[in-house]
Amino acid sequence: MEQLVRSKPPEAESAGFLPASDIDTGVIPIRASGRGMLQVAVDETRRTAALKAPVKARVEALDFYYGELKALKSLTMDIREKQVTALIGPSGCGKTTFLRCFNRMHDLTPGTRYEGCIRLLPEDINLVARNIDPIEVRMRIGMVFQKPNPFPKSIFENVAYGLRIRGVRSQIRIQEEVEKALREAALWDEVKDRLATSALSLSGGQQQRLCIARALATNPEMLLFDEPTSALDPIATARIEELIAALREQVTVLIVTHNMQQAARVSHYTAFMYLGEMVEFAETNAVFTSPRDKRTQDYVTGRFG
Amino acid sequence: MVDQHTVRAYDKDLDLLERRIAEMGGLAEKMVIDAMDALAAADTALAHQVVSTDPRLDMLQREVEEQAVLTIARRQPVAIDLREIIGAIRVAGDLERVGDLAKNIAKRSVKIGLESRVPRAIVGIKHMNDFALELMKDVLDAYAQRDIERALAVWERDADLDALEDSVFRDLLTHMMEDPRNITFCAHLLFCSKNIERIGDHATNIAETVFYLVTGSTLPTDRPRGRQESDIEADARGES
Repeated sequence: MEQLVRSKPPEAESAGFLPASDIDTGVIPIRASGRGMLQVAVDETRRTAALKAPVKARVEALDFYYGELKALKSLTMDIREKQVTALIGPSGCGKTTFLRCFNRMHDLTPGTRYEGCIRLLPEDINLVARNIDPIEVRMRIGMVFQKPNPFPKSIFENVAYGLRIRGVRSQIRIQEEVEKALREAALWDEVKDRLATSALSLSGGQQQRLCIARALATNPEMLLFDEPTSALDPIATARIEELIAALREQVTVLIVTHNMQQAARVSHYTAFMYLGEMVEFAETNAVFTSPRDKRTQDYVTGRFG
Repeated sequence: MVDQHTVRAYDKDLDLLERRIAEMGGLAEKMVIDAMDALAAADTALAHQVVSTDPRLDMLQREVEEQAVLTIARRQPVAIDLREIIGAIRVAGDLERVGDLAKNIAKRSVKIGLESRVPRAIVGIKHMNDFALELMKDVLDAYAQRDIERALAVWERDADLDALEDSVFRDLLTHMMEDPRNITFCAHLLFCSKNIERIGDHATNIAETVFYLVTGSTLPTDRPRGRQESDIEADARGES
Protein backbone atom coordinates (compact mmCIF):
# COMPACT_ATOMS: atom_id res chain seq x y z
CA MET A 1 0.00 0.00 0.00
CA GLU A 2 2.78 2.33 0.91
CA GLN A 3 4.25 2.19 -2.53
CA LEU A 4 1.00 3.35 -4.02
CA VAL A 5 0.97 6.61 -2.12
CA ARG A 6 4.67 7.20 -2.24
CA SER A 7 5.43 10.19 -4.36
CA LYS A 8 7.55 9.57 -7.40
CA PRO A 9 10.09 11.87 -8.96
CA PRO A 10 8.36 14.06 -11.57
CA GLU A 11 10.09 12.51 -14.55
CA ALA A 12 8.64 9.14 -13.60
CA GLU A 13 5.11 10.47 -13.81
CA SER A 14 5.08 10.77 -17.53
CA ALA A 15 5.25 6.97 -17.52
CA GLY A 16 5.77 5.20 -20.78
CA PHE A 17 9.40 4.40 -21.22
CA LEU A 18 12.07 5.82 -19.09
CA PRO A 19 15.74 6.35 -19.66
CA ALA A 20 18.15 3.71 -18.48
CA SER A 21 19.14 5.76 -15.47
CA ASP A 22 15.70 5.29 -13.97
CA ILE A 23 16.10 1.64 -13.28
CA ASP A 24 14.92 1.95 -9.70
CA THR A 25 11.87 4.07 -10.40
CA GLY A 26 9.40 1.49 -11.52
CA VAL A 27 11.14 0.28 -14.63
CA ILE A 28 11.47 -3.43 -14.87
CA PRO A 29 14.41 -4.58 -16.93
CA ILE A 30 13.06 -7.55 -18.80
CA ARG A 31 16.23 -8.97 -20.20
CA ALA A 32 19.59 -7.95 -21.42
CA SER A 33 19.87 -8.35 -25.14
CA GLY A 34 22.45 -7.85 -27.80
CA ARG A 35 20.75 -4.62 -28.70
CA GLY A 36 20.93 -3.11 -25.26
CA MET A 37 18.81 -3.38 -22.19
CA LEU A 38 15.17 -3.49 -23.04
CA GLN A 39 13.15 -1.88 -20.36
CA VAL A 40 9.50 -1.80 -19.83
CA ALA A 41 7.92 0.66 -17.53
CA VAL A 42 5.06 -1.20 -16.04
CA ASP A 43 1.91 0.69 -15.11
CA GLU A 44 3.15 1.27 -11.58
CA THR A 45 4.38 4.75 -12.39
CA ARG A 46 1.28 5.58 -14.35
CA ARG A 47 -0.93 4.46 -11.51
CA THR A 48 1.03 6.35 -8.92
CA ALA A 49 0.92 9.51 -10.96
CA ALA A 50 -2.83 9.25 -11.26
CA LEU A 51 -3.35 9.06 -7.50
CA LYS A 52 -3.03 12.80 -7.33
CA ALA A 53 -6.35 14.32 -6.28
CA PRO A 54 -6.19 15.76 -2.76
CA VAL A 55 -6.90 13.30 0.03
CA LYS A 56 -10.32 13.65 1.66
CA ALA A 57 -10.03 10.89 4.22
CA ARG A 58 -6.92 9.09 5.32
CA VAL A 59 -7.42 5.64 6.77
CA GLU A 60 -4.49 4.63 8.92
CA ALA A 61 -3.94 1.18 10.38
CA LEU A 62 -7.64 0.79 11.04
CA ASP A 63 -8.62 -2.30 13.02
CA PHE A 64 -12.18 -3.10 13.90
CA TYR A 65 -13.43 -5.70 16.34
CA TYR A 66 -16.83 -7.31 16.83
CA GLY A 67 -16.05 -8.51 20.35
CA GLU A 68 -13.13 -10.88 19.92
CA LEU A 69 -13.49 -11.12 16.17
CA LYS A 70 -11.12 -8.87 14.31
CA ALA A 71 -13.15 -7.89 11.27
CA LEU A 72 -10.82 -5.29 9.78
CA LYS A 73 -7.09 -5.78 9.80
CA SER A 74 -4.89 -2.75 9.70
CA LEU A 75 -6.48 -1.04 6.74
CA THR A 76 -4.58 1.85 5.27
CA MET A 77 -5.76 3.84 2.29
CA ASP A 78 -6.36 7.35 1.06
CA ILE A 79 -9.81 8.33 -0.13
CA ARG A 80 -9.38 10.99 -2.78
CA GLU A 81 -11.52 14.11 -2.79
CA LYS A 82 -14.39 14.26 -5.31
CA GLN A 83 -13.48 10.88 -6.68
CA VAL A 84 -15.45 7.68 -6.52
CA THR A 85 -13.78 4.87 -4.62
CA ALA A 86 -15.30 1.41 -4.87
CA LEU A 87 -14.89 -1.35 -2.33
CA ILE A 88 -15.19 -4.84 -3.73
CA GLY A 89 -14.66 -8.28 -2.30
CA PRO A 90 -16.54 -11.48 -1.50
CA SER A 91 -19.25 -11.56 1.15
CA GLY A 92 -17.82 -11.35 4.62
CA CYS A 93 -14.60 -9.65 3.55
CA GLY A 94 -15.38 -6.60 5.67
CA LYS A 95 -16.20 -4.05 3.03
CA THR A 96 -19.57 -3.06 4.51
CA THR A 97 -18.08 -3.08 8.01
CA PHE A 98 -15.41 -0.74 6.72
CA LEU A 99 -17.93 1.54 5.01
CA ARG A 100 -19.99 1.75 8.18
CA CYS A 101 -16.96 2.92 10.17
CA PHE A 102 -17.06 6.15 8.20
CA ASN A 103 -20.27 7.29 9.81
CA ARG A 104 -20.02 5.37 13.00
CA MET A 105 -22.82 2.95 12.33
CA HIS A 106 -21.24 0.42 14.66
CA ASP A 107 -21.55 2.58 17.76
CA LEU A 108 -24.81 0.98 18.83
CA THR A 109 -23.59 -2.59 18.40
CA PRO A 110 -22.32 -3.76 21.78
CA GLY A 111 -18.77 -5.05 22.03
CA THR A 112 -17.42 -3.26 18.97
CA ARG A 113 -14.14 -1.43 19.07
CA TYR A 114 -12.11 0.70 16.67
CA GLU A 115 -8.35 0.99 16.63
CA GLY A 116 -6.32 3.21 14.35
CA CYS A 117 -7.98 6.14 12.68
CA ILE A 118 -9.93 7.56 9.79
CA ARG A 119 -8.86 11.16 9.49
CA LEU A 120 -11.17 13.52 7.68
CA LEU A 121 -9.11 16.18 5.96
CA PRO A 122 -8.34 19.05 5.81
CA GLU A 123 -9.49 19.54 9.44
CA ASP A 124 -7.84 16.30 10.47
CA ILE A 125 -10.68 14.95 12.61
CA ASN A 126 -10.42 11.30 13.57
CA LEU A 127 -13.90 10.01 12.69
CA VAL A 128 -13.63 6.95 14.91
CA ALA A 129 -12.35 8.75 18.02
CA ARG A 130 -14.60 8.43 21.10
CA ASN A 131 -14.78 12.17 21.66
CA ILE A 132 -16.21 12.84 18.20
CA ASP A 133 -20.00 13.08 18.14
CA PRO A 134 -21.44 10.51 15.70
CA ILE A 135 -24.34 12.85 14.87
CA GLU A 136 -21.88 15.47 13.73
CA VAL A 137 -20.06 12.83 11.68
CA ARG A 138 -23.31 11.76 10.00
CA MET A 139 -24.14 15.35 9.06
CA ARG A 140 -20.89 15.51 7.16
CA ILE A 141 -20.91 11.99 5.81
CA GLY A 142 -24.20 10.75 4.40
CA MET A 143 -25.17 7.16 3.77
CA VAL A 144 -27.40 5.42 1.25
CA PHE A 145 -28.37 1.83 1.93
CA GLN A 146 -28.98 -1.27 -0.10
CA LYS A 147 -32.74 -1.11 0.19
CA PRO A 148 -34.37 2.27 -0.19
CA ASN A 149 -35.57 3.31 3.26
CA PRO A 150 -37.56 6.51 2.97
CA PHE A 151 -39.38 7.70 6.11
CA PRO A 152 -43.12 7.07 6.01
CA LYS A 153 -43.67 10.76 5.44
CA SER A 154 -44.20 13.02 2.47
CA ILE A 155 -41.56 13.32 -0.21
CA PHE A 156 -40.88 16.88 0.92
CA GLU A 157 -40.51 15.97 4.59
CA ASN A 158 -38.08 13.17 3.81
CA VAL A 159 -35.64 15.65 2.36
CA ALA A 160 -36.40 18.47 4.79
CA TYR A 161 -35.78 16.20 7.77
CA GLY A 162 -32.02 16.60 7.95
CA LEU A 163 -32.33 20.35 7.62
CA ARG A 164 -34.80 20.56 10.47
CA ILE A 165 -32.51 18.41 12.64
CA ARG A 166 -29.79 20.88 11.82
CA GLY A 167 -31.99 23.64 13.18
CA VAL A 168 -32.89 25.32 9.93
CA ARG A 169 -36.16 27.17 10.67
CA SER A 170 -36.73 29.36 7.63
CA GLN A 171 -39.45 27.81 5.44
CA ILE A 172 -38.07 29.53 2.36
CA ARG A 173 -34.60 28.24 3.02
CA ILE A 174 -35.92 24.73 3.57
CA GLN A 175 -37.92 24.85 0.35
CA GLU A 176 -34.89 25.99 -1.57
CA GLU A 177 -32.66 23.34 -0.13
CA VAL A 178 -35.21 20.57 -0.72
CA GLU A 179 -35.59 21.56 -4.34
CA LYS A 180 -31.82 21.76 -4.76
CA ALA A 181 -31.28 18.33 -3.23
CA LEU A 182 -34.06 16.78 -5.33
CA ARG A 183 -32.59 18.31 -8.46
CA GLU A 184 -29.15 17.02 -7.59
CA ALA A 185 -30.63 13.59 -7.08
CA ALA A 186 -32.25 13.84 -10.54
CA LEU A 187 -35.69 13.38 -9.02
CA TRP A 188 -37.17 16.88 -9.06
CA ASP A 189 -38.93 16.69 -12.42
CA GLU A 190 -40.63 13.46 -11.48
CA VAL A 191 -41.93 14.60 -8.08
CA LYS A 192 -42.26 18.38 -8.16
CA ASP A 193 -46.04 18.21 -8.56
CA ARG A 194 -46.60 15.78 -5.73
CA LEU A 195 -44.19 16.77 -3.00
CA ALA A 196 -46.86 16.32 -0.37
CA THR A 197 -47.65 12.71 -1.25
CA SER A 198 -46.14 9.84 0.70
CA ALA A 199 -42.62 8.83 -0.19
CA LEU A 200 -43.79 5.24 -0.10
CA SER A 201 -45.86 5.85 -3.26
CA LEU A 202 -42.65 6.19 -5.29
CA SER A 203 -41.09 3.33 -7.25
CA GLY A 204 -38.00 1.58 -5.86
CA GLY A 205 -35.60 3.51 -8.06
CA GLN A 206 -37.30 6.80 -7.18
CA GLN A 207 -37.20 5.92 -3.49
CA GLN A 208 -33.48 5.28 -3.75
CA ARG A 209 -32.95 8.64 -5.42
CA LEU A 210 -35.09 10.21 -2.69
CA CYS A 211 -32.74 8.68 -0.12
CA ILE A 212 -29.83 10.18 -2.01
CA ALA A 213 -31.59 13.57 -2.01
CA ARG A 214 -32.16 13.18 1.72
CA ALA A 215 -28.46 12.50 2.22
CA LEU A 216 -27.51 15.44 -0.01
CA ALA A 217 -29.76 17.95 1.75
CA THR A 218 -27.32 18.48 4.59
CA ASN A 219 -24.51 19.23 2.12
CA PRO A 220 -22.29 16.33 3.16
CA GLU A 221 -18.64 16.16 2.19
CA MET A 222 -18.77 12.48 1.62
CA LEU A 223 -21.45 10.01 0.59
CA LEU A 224 -21.35 6.32 1.46
CA PHE A 225 -23.25 3.90 -0.74
CA ASP A 226 -23.85 0.38 0.48
CA GLU A 227 -24.83 -1.61 -2.61
CA PRO A 228 -27.23 1.12 -3.68
CA THR A 229 -28.55 -0.65 -6.75
CA SER A 230 -28.75 -4.28 -5.71
CA ALA A 231 -32.52 -4.01 -5.25
CA LEU A 232 -33.14 -2.08 -8.47
CA ASP A 233 -33.83 -2.98 -12.09
CA PRO A 234 -31.25 -2.16 -14.79
CA ILE A 235 -32.86 1.12 -15.79
CA ALA A 236 -33.11 2.42 -12.23
CA THR A 237 -29.54 1.17 -11.73
CA ALA A 238 -28.34 3.14 -14.74
CA ARG A 239 -30.03 6.27 -13.33
CA ILE A 240 -28.28 5.85 -9.99
CA GLU A 241 -24.94 5.27 -11.71
CA GLU A 242 -25.49 8.36 -13.81
CA LEU A 243 -26.28 10.22 -10.62
CA ILE A 244 -23.10 9.00 -8.92
CA ALA A 245 -21.12 10.25 -11.90
CA ALA A 246 -22.74 13.67 -11.53
CA LEU A 247 -22.33 13.75 -7.75
CA ARG A 248 -18.58 13.58 -7.93
CA GLU A 249 -18.61 17.23 -8.91
CA GLN A 250 -19.46 18.01 -5.32
CA VAL A 251 -18.88 15.09 -2.98
CA THR A 252 -16.44 12.32 -2.33
CA VAL A 253 -18.10 8.98 -2.89
CA LEU A 254 -17.32 5.63 -1.31
CA ILE A 255 -19.34 2.75 -2.69
CA VAL A 256 -19.61 -0.90 -1.74
CA THR A 257 -20.81 -3.06 -4.58
CA HIS A 258 -21.11 -6.71 -5.43
CA ASN A 259 -21.50 -5.86 -9.06
CA MET A 260 -17.97 -5.66 -10.38
CA GLN A 261 -19.00 -4.18 -13.69
CA GLN A 262 -20.59 -1.42 -11.67
CA ALA A 263 -17.35 -0.76 -9.82
CA ALA A 264 -15.55 -0.72 -13.16
CA ARG A 265 -18.09 1.73 -14.58
CA VAL A 266 -18.56 4.25 -11.81
CA SER A 267 -15.37 4.40 -9.81
CA HIS A 268 -11.95 5.98 -10.21
CA TYR A 269 -10.28 3.87 -7.57
CA THR A 270 -11.03 0.36 -6.51
CA ALA A 271 -10.05 -1.41 -3.34
CA PHE A 272 -10.24 -5.18 -3.22
CA MET A 273 -10.74 -6.57 0.28
CA TYR A 274 -10.45 -10.14 1.41
CA LEU A 275 -10.80 -11.60 4.90
CA GLY A 276 -10.69 -8.16 6.49
CA GLU A 277 -7.56 -7.11 4.66
CA MET A 278 -6.96 -4.61 1.93
CA VAL A 279 -5.42 -6.77 -0.78
CA GLU A 280 -5.11 -4.24 -3.55
CA PHE A 281 -5.96 -0.60 -3.90
CA ALA A 282 -5.32 1.11 -7.19
CA GLU A 283 -6.88 2.97 -10.05
CA THR A 284 -9.99 1.17 -11.24
CA ASN A 285 -8.66 0.82 -14.79
CA ALA A 286 -5.60 -0.96 -13.49
CA VAL A 287 -7.57 -3.27 -11.20
CA PHE A 288 -9.82 -4.41 -14.03
CA THR A 289 -7.21 -4.73 -16.76
CA SER A 290 -4.05 -5.86 -15.01
CA PRO A 291 -4.45 -6.46 -11.30
CA ARG A 292 -1.26 -7.02 -9.35
CA ASP A 293 -2.34 -9.51 -6.75
CA LYS A 294 -3.38 -13.00 -7.76
CA ARG A 295 -6.32 -12.92 -5.32
CA THR A 296 -7.61 -9.74 -6.95
CA GLN A 297 -7.27 -11.31 -10.37
CA ASP A 298 -9.06 -14.46 -9.27
CA TYR A 299 -11.88 -12.42 -7.81
CA VAL A 300 -12.46 -9.98 -10.67
CA THR A 301 -12.27 -12.72 -13.27
CA GLY A 302 -14.63 -15.03 -11.38
CA ARG A 303 -12.16 -17.70 -10.31
CA PHE A 304 -12.83 -17.45 -6.60
CA GLY A 305 -13.96 -20.45 -4.59
CA MET B 1 -3.53 -21.43 -18.06
CA VAL B 2 -4.61 -19.82 -14.85
CA ASP B 3 -6.97 -21.53 -12.42
CA GLN B 4 -10.41 -22.43 -13.58
CA HIS B 5 -13.39 -20.15 -13.47
CA THR B 6 -16.26 -20.84 -11.13
CA VAL B 7 -18.41 -20.89 -14.26
CA ARG B 8 -16.89 -23.78 -16.23
CA ALA B 9 -18.46 -22.75 -19.52
CA TYR B 10 -16.32 -19.62 -19.39
CA ASP B 11 -13.17 -21.76 -19.51
CA LYS B 12 -14.63 -23.63 -22.45
CA ASP B 13 -15.20 -20.38 -24.31
CA LEU B 14 -11.59 -19.35 -23.79
CA ASP B 15 -10.23 -22.81 -24.65
CA LEU B 16 -12.17 -22.78 -27.89
CA LEU B 17 -10.60 -19.47 -28.85
CA GLU B 18 -7.15 -20.80 -28.13
CA ARG B 19 -7.73 -23.96 -30.16
CA ARG B 20 -8.93 -21.93 -33.12
CA ILE B 21 -5.81 -19.78 -32.97
CA ALA B 22 -3.61 -22.87 -32.84
CA GLU B 23 -5.38 -24.22 -35.89
CA MET B 24 -4.97 -20.93 -37.72
CA GLY B 25 -1.28 -20.85 -36.83
CA GLY B 26 -0.73 -24.33 -38.26
CA LEU B 27 -2.55 -23.46 -41.47
CA ALA B 28 -0.71 -20.18 -41.95
CA GLU B 29 2.67 -21.82 -41.42
CA LYS B 30 1.82 -24.55 -43.89
CA MET B 31 0.74 -21.96 -46.46
CA VAL B 32 4.01 -20.06 -46.11
CA ILE B 33 6.05 -23.27 -46.55
CA ASP B 34 4.02 -24.50 -49.52
CA ALA B 35 3.99 -21.12 -51.26
CA MET B 36 7.77 -21.01 -51.18
CA ASP B 37 8.09 -24.61 -52.37
CA ALA B 38 5.69 -23.88 -55.20
CA LEU B 39 7.74 -20.84 -56.15
CA ALA B 40 11.06 -22.65 -55.98
CA ALA B 41 9.91 -25.73 -57.87
CA ALA B 42 7.49 -23.96 -60.24
CA ASP B 43 4.88 -26.36 -58.91
CA THR B 44 1.56 -24.97 -60.13
CA ALA B 45 -0.56 -27.64 -58.46
CA LEU B 46 0.94 -26.84 -55.06
CA ALA B 47 0.45 -23.12 -55.68
CA HIS B 48 -3.26 -23.69 -56.38
CA GLN B 49 -3.50 -25.72 -53.24
CA VAL B 50 -2.12 -22.80 -51.22
CA VAL B 51 -4.65 -20.45 -52.80
CA SER B 52 -7.49 -22.81 -52.01
CA THR B 53 -6.44 -23.08 -48.34
CA ASP B 54 -6.88 -19.38 -47.75
CA PRO B 55 -10.70 -19.34 -47.43
CA ARG B 56 -10.40 -21.83 -44.57
CA LEU B 57 -8.07 -19.44 -42.74
CA ASP B 58 -10.45 -16.53 -43.35
CA MET B 59 -13.32 -18.56 -42.00
CA LEU B 60 -11.39 -19.45 -38.87
CA GLN B 61 -10.60 -15.80 -38.29
CA ARG B 62 -14.29 -14.94 -38.48
CA GLU B 63 -15.05 -17.73 -36.07
CA VAL B 64 -12.49 -16.36 -33.61
CA GLU B 65 -14.00 -12.90 -33.89
CA GLU B 66 -17.54 -14.13 -33.43
CA GLN B 67 -16.56 -16.28 -30.50
CA ALA B 68 -14.67 -13.38 -28.93
CA VAL B 69 -17.58 -10.98 -29.36
CA LEU B 70 -19.98 -13.52 -27.88
CA THR B 71 -17.73 -14.16 -24.91
CA ILE B 72 -17.40 -10.43 -24.25
CA ALA B 73 -21.16 -10.02 -24.44
CA ARG B 74 -21.87 -13.02 -22.23
CA ARG B 75 -19.17 -12.77 -19.57
CA GLN B 76 -17.96 -9.17 -19.44
CA PRO B 77 -14.38 -10.38 -19.16
CA VAL B 78 -11.83 -8.36 -17.20
CA ALA B 79 -8.11 -8.53 -16.46
CA ILE B 80 -6.35 -11.62 -17.83
CA ASP B 81 -9.54 -12.93 -19.47
CA LEU B 82 -10.10 -9.69 -21.31
CA ARG B 83 -6.48 -9.64 -22.44
CA GLU B 84 -6.78 -13.24 -23.65
CA ILE B 85 -9.76 -12.36 -25.78
CA ILE B 86 -8.34 -9.14 -27.17
CA GLY B 87 -5.11 -11.06 -27.83
CA ALA B 88 -6.98 -13.79 -29.72
CA ILE B 89 -8.71 -11.21 -31.93
CA ARG B 90 -5.40 -9.55 -32.75
CA VAL B 91 -3.46 -12.75 -33.37
CA ALA B 92 -6.25 -14.07 -35.59
CA GLY B 93 -6.05 -10.88 -37.63
CA ASP B 94 -2.29 -11.21 -38.03
CA LEU B 95 -2.49 -14.87 -39.03
CA GLU B 96 -5.17 -14.15 -41.57
CA ARG B 97 -2.89 -11.55 -43.16
CA VAL B 98 0.01 -14.00 -43.16
CA GLY B 99 -2.23 -16.35 -45.13
CA ASP B 100 -3.01 -13.60 -47.63
CA LEU B 101 0.68 -12.89 -48.11
CA ALA B 102 1.48 -16.56 -48.67
CA LYS B 103 -1.41 -16.76 -51.11
CA ASN B 104 0.03 -13.82 -52.98
CA ILE B 105 3.40 -15.56 -53.30
CA ALA B 106 1.65 -18.69 -54.59
CA LYS B 107 -0.28 -16.66 -57.17
CA ARG B 108 2.93 -15.05 -58.35
CA SER B 109 4.59 -18.43 -58.76
CA VAL B 110 1.77 -19.39 -61.13
CA LYS B 111 2.12 -16.11 -63.02
CA ILE B 112 5.86 -16.51 -63.38
CA GLY B 113 5.14 -19.88 -64.99
CA LEU B 114 7.57 -20.49 -67.74
CA GLU B 115 9.11 -17.04 -67.65
CA SER B 116 12.89 -17.25 -67.85
CA ARG B 117 14.05 -18.03 -64.35
CA VAL B 118 17.18 -17.15 -62.46
CA PRO B 119 17.66 -20.07 -60.07
CA ARG B 120 20.38 -18.20 -58.12
CA ALA B 121 17.96 -15.39 -57.33
CA ILE B 122 15.66 -17.76 -55.45
CA VAL B 123 18.33 -18.65 -52.89
CA GLY B 124 18.12 -15.34 -51.01
CA ILE B 125 14.31 -15.38 -51.01
CA LYS B 126 14.28 -18.93 -49.73
CA HIS B 127 16.62 -17.92 -46.95
CA MET B 128 14.32 -15.04 -46.00
CA ASN B 129 11.34 -17.35 -46.04
CA ASP B 130 13.04 -19.85 -43.74
CA PHE B 131 13.88 -17.03 -41.37
CA ALA B 132 10.30 -15.70 -41.41
CA LEU B 133 9.00 -19.20 -40.78
CA GLU B 134 11.27 -19.56 -37.80
CA LEU B 135 9.91 -16.30 -36.40
CA MET B 136 6.36 -17.54 -36.99
CA LYS B 137 7.03 -20.85 -35.33
CA ASP B 138 8.72 -19.24 -32.32
CA VAL B 139 6.05 -16.64 -31.85
CA LEU B 140 3.26 -19.20 -32.08
CA ASP B 141 5.03 -21.28 -29.45
CA ALA B 142 5.46 -18.16 -27.35
CA TYR B 143 1.73 -17.52 -27.69
CA ALA B 144 0.79 -21.08 -26.79
CA GLN B 145 3.08 -21.12 -23.76
CA ARG B 146 2.63 -17.48 -22.75
CA ASP B 147 6.40 -17.16 -22.94
CA ILE B 148 7.48 -13.50 -22.88
CA GLU B 149 11.18 -14.24 -23.26
CA ARG B 150 10.58 -16.07 -26.46
CA ALA B 151 8.18 -13.43 -27.74
CA LEU B 152 10.75 -10.72 -27.06
CA ALA B 153 13.40 -12.69 -28.93
CA VAL B 154 11.15 -12.74 -32.00
CA TRP B 155 10.41 -9.08 -31.56
CA GLU B 156 14.11 -8.32 -31.71
CA ARG B 157 15.06 -10.76 -34.45
CA ASP B 158 12.70 -9.21 -36.96
CA ALA B 159 15.38 -6.57 -37.57
CA ASP B 160 17.56 -9.34 -39.05
CA LEU B 161 14.83 -10.21 -41.49
CA ASP B 162 14.67 -6.59 -42.56
CA ALA B 163 18.42 -6.66 -43.15
CA LEU B 164 18.04 -9.84 -45.23
CA GLU B 165 15.42 -8.11 -47.32
CA ASP B 166 17.87 -5.31 -48.06
CA SER B 167 20.48 -7.74 -49.32
CA VAL B 168 17.92 -9.66 -51.41
CA PHE B 169 16.88 -6.35 -52.92
CA ARG B 170 20.45 -5.56 -54.00
CA ASP B 171 20.91 -9.08 -55.28
CA LEU B 172 17.78 -8.90 -57.45
CA LEU B 173 18.76 -5.50 -58.73
CA THR B 174 22.09 -6.94 -59.85
CA HIS B 175 20.37 -9.75 -61.74
CA MET B 176 18.07 -7.29 -63.46
CA MET B 177 20.96 -5.11 -64.53
CA GLU B 178 22.92 -8.08 -65.78
CA ASP B 179 20.23 -9.17 -68.19
CA PRO B 180 16.95 -7.35 -68.91
CA ARG B 181 15.28 -10.69 -69.65
CA ASN B 182 15.46 -11.37 -65.92
CA ILE B 183 13.41 -8.31 -65.07
CA THR B 184 9.92 -9.86 -65.02
CA PHE B 185 11.02 -12.76 -62.88
CA CYS B 186 13.04 -10.63 -60.49
CA ALA B 187 10.30 -8.03 -60.17
CA HIS B 188 7.95 -10.79 -59.03
CA LEU B 189 10.56 -11.93 -56.56
CA LEU B 190 10.87 -8.38 -55.24
CA PHE B 191 7.21 -8.47 -54.34
CA CYS B 192 7.67 -11.89 -52.79
CA SER B 193 10.50 -10.60 -50.62
CA LYS B 194 8.29 -7.72 -49.51
CA ASN B 195 5.57 -10.21 -48.64
CA ILE B 196 7.97 -12.27 -46.58
CA GLU B 197 9.22 -9.17 -44.80
CA ARG B 198 5.61 -8.40 -43.92
CA ILE B 199 5.10 -11.90 -42.58
CA GLY B 200 7.95 -11.05 -40.20
CA ASP B 201 6.11 -7.88 -39.21
CA HIS B 202 3.03 -9.91 -38.35
CA ALA B 203 5.19 -12.21 -36.25
CA THR B 204 6.39 -9.14 -34.35
CA ASN B 205 2.83 -7.96 -33.91
CA ILE B 206 1.97 -11.31 -32.40
CA ALA B 207 5.03 -11.05 -30.14
CA GLU B 208 3.75 -7.69 -28.92
CA THR B 209 0.33 -9.21 -28.30
CA VAL B 210 1.87 -12.04 -26.28
CA PHE B 211 3.73 -9.52 -24.17
CA TYR B 212 0.55 -7.52 -23.56
CA LEU B 213 -1.43 -10.64 -22.85
CA VAL B 214 0.97 -11.84 -20.17
CA THR B 215 2.01 -8.57 -18.54
CA GLY B 216 -0.84 -6.15 -19.22
CA SER B 217 1.77 -3.64 -20.43
CA THR B 218 2.68 -2.70 -23.95
CA LEU B 219 6.08 -2.79 -25.62
CA PRO B 220 7.56 0.46 -26.92
CA THR B 221 6.32 1.49 -30.34
CA ASP B 222 9.87 1.60 -31.70
CA ARG B 223 11.25 -1.81 -32.40
CA PRO B 224 14.97 -2.38 -32.36
CA ARG B 225 16.10 -1.95 -35.94
CA GLY B 226 19.15 -2.92 -37.88
CA ARG B 227 20.10 -0.30 -40.36
CA GLN B 228 17.67 2.53 -40.82
CA GLU B 229 16.66 3.66 -44.27
CA SER B 230 18.17 7.01 -43.47
CA ASP B 231 21.51 5.22 -42.99
CA ILE B 232 21.19 3.63 -46.40
CA GLU B 233 20.45 6.97 -47.98
CA ALA B 234 23.40 8.47 -46.16
CA ASP B 235 25.58 5.70 -47.62
CA ALA B 236 24.28 6.49 -51.06
CA ARG B 237 25.29 10.09 -50.60
CA GLY B 238 28.73 8.95 -49.53
CA GLU B 239 28.34 10.15 -45.95
CA SER B 240 29.54 8.09 -43.06
